[in-house]
Amino acid sequence: MSIVKAATKAVAYTGNSAVAYAMKQIDPDVCAAYPITPSTQVVEEFSGYAADGEVSTEFVTVESEHSAMSACIGAAAAGARVMTATSSQGLALMWEMLYIASGLRFPVVMATVNRALSAPINIHCDHSDSMGARDSGWIQLYSETVQEAYDNIFQAVRIAEHETVLTPAMVCLDGFITSHAIESLFLIEDSKVKEFIGEYSPKHSLLDIENPVTYGAMTLPDTYMDLKHEQSRAIARAKDVVVQVGKEFGELTGRTYGLMEEYRLDDADVAVVVLNSAAGTTKVAVDELRRKGMKAGLLKPRLYRPFPHEEIREALKGVKAVCVLDRADSMSGFGGPIFTDVRSALYELPEKPPVVGRIFGLGGRDFKVKDAAAVIEDLFKVAETGKVDALTKYIGV
Amino acid sequence: MADSAKKMPLGGVIEKAGSADDYFTGDWRKLKPVLDGEKCTNCLICWVMCPDSAVIVEDGKMVGFDMEHCKGCGICAVECPDKIKAIDMEEEVS
Repeated sequence: MSIVKAATKAVAYTGNSAVAYAMKQIDPDVCAAYPITPSTQVVEEFSGYAADGEVSTEFVTVESEHSAMSACIGAAAAGARVMTATSSQGLALMWEMLYIASGLRFPVVMATVNRALSAPINIHCDHSDSMGARDSGWIQLYSETVQEAYDNIFQAVRIAEHETVLTPAMVCLDGFITSHAIESLFLIEDSKVKEFIGEYSPKHSLLDIENPVTYGAMTLPDTYMDLKHEQSRAIARAKDVVVQVGKEFGELTGRTYGLMEEYRLDDADVAVVVLNSAAGTTKVAVDELRRKGMKAGLLKPRLYRPFPHEEIREALKGVKAVCVLDRADSMSGFGGPIFTDVRSALYELPEKPPVVGRIFGLGGRDFKVKDAAAVIEDLFKVAETGKVDALTKYIGV
Repeated sequence: MADSAKKMPLGGVIEKAGSADDYFTGDWRKLKPVLDGEKCTNCLICWVMCPDSAVIVEDGKMVGFDMEHCKGCGICAVECPDKIKAIDMEEEVS
C-alpha cells in the first residue's frame, strides 16, 4: 500500500478547472494564451487568477495562437517558466512555432484539450489536433481522467525542464468528455507542488545583458543536422525521465505514473490499445467480457511522444491479437497514427500477433461500452481464426 | 554505443558575441574582387555598400578585401563609380 505523504482532499472539478488550478499552483512566470473551445476555461480561469493577484504570472493576451506560442517562446528565451493552453485550430495555427519551441529547446508546457480539426468544422473531441503535432518535437502525455490531467501538468513541468531533456511538453485531455465533465479528484497542497516542481534555472537568458547570447541563429548543412541529432536524442531521453518523475510523484501523492497503464493485460489473449478517456470506457467492456470468461486486456499509452516502442512491445508480447483504436485518421490510406506506430513496434517480435486498426469517435462521436465490447469480440475472432477481414476500418459509421 | 556526434550548444544558442567573424563565408566565393589601387579615389562607396563588411579601410583609405568573409557578390565592383571602376571581378582560381 502506498503512503500518501501530502495532505489531500477530494474536490469536484472539470478537467479545464483542474488544469487551470494546477497552473495556479505552479504559478509560471509567463502565460500567453488565446482561448479556444474546448480549452477556453483553462485560459479564462487562469486569467482570473492573474487578475485577482493569486499568481505572479505575467498574463499576455494575444491576437492569435500563433502569437500565443510566439510570446511563450520569447518569454522562454528570456528565461521564464512558461505555460499555455489550446485546442484544435489553435494548435494548428501554432504549428510553425511548435517546431521553434522544440528546436530552441524551450521547456514550454501546454495543456492541449483535444478537439477535431476543420473541415468540416466541429468543436467536439478527437485527437486530430495533437496527432498532427506528434512529429513537432514536443513530448506528449495523455490523460484518461481529470485527476490524470491535473497530475500530468505538474509532471510535464518536471519532465520538460529536466536538464537532460529540455524539450516542450503538451498534456492532452479529451475535449468536453474530460475538459467539461465534473469528476472528483485529489488536489496537492501548494507547498508540496512548489517542492515537487522546484525552481526553473535556465542556462541562458536574453535579459542577462552581462552575458549576451544569440538564439535562433542561421544554421547551414554543417550544423543543422547535428542540432537535430541532439534534439532527437534529448526527446528520446524523456522516456526515462517520465518514469523517474512518475515515481517521485507517486512518493508525494500515492499516485504513481509510468509510460503506460496495463489493465488486466497479464494473462490476456487479446489486447486493445487506446488513449485518453476512451480507455475508461474500454476498461468497462474488458470487465464485462472477462465475466463471460473472455480474457481481454487493455494497454493505455500515457507517453506517446517519445514513443515507448520497447515497453509497448514487451507489454503486448504473447497476446494473440491486438486492436489499436485511433481517435484520429492520419489520412495515409493505411490507418491511424497509433496503429502504425504500435504495429511497427511489434514487428520485432518473433511471434507477431495480428494487429488491426480501428478509427473511432471522430468529431465527438460517442464511443460506448458496447462499441468497445464489439471491438474486443471481433478481436477474439481474429485470435481464434488467425484471419483479418479488415486490417483498418472506421467503426461507428 | 560509441558516440561520435559533435557536441553542439543547447538549441543552437551562440554564447559569444560577434561570432559571425569566425564563420568563413569566403569559401562560398566564385568570383573575387581585385582592386586597382592606382584608380581608386577612396570614396569608400564600396565600404558602405558591402553586405559582409569585407572592405578593409585603414586611415580613411580603402586598402583591400577581407577574403575570409567576401562572398564575391560583386556589389563593390558595380557600385564603384562609373568614371573610376577600380574593382574588377575575376574568376576565383583554386
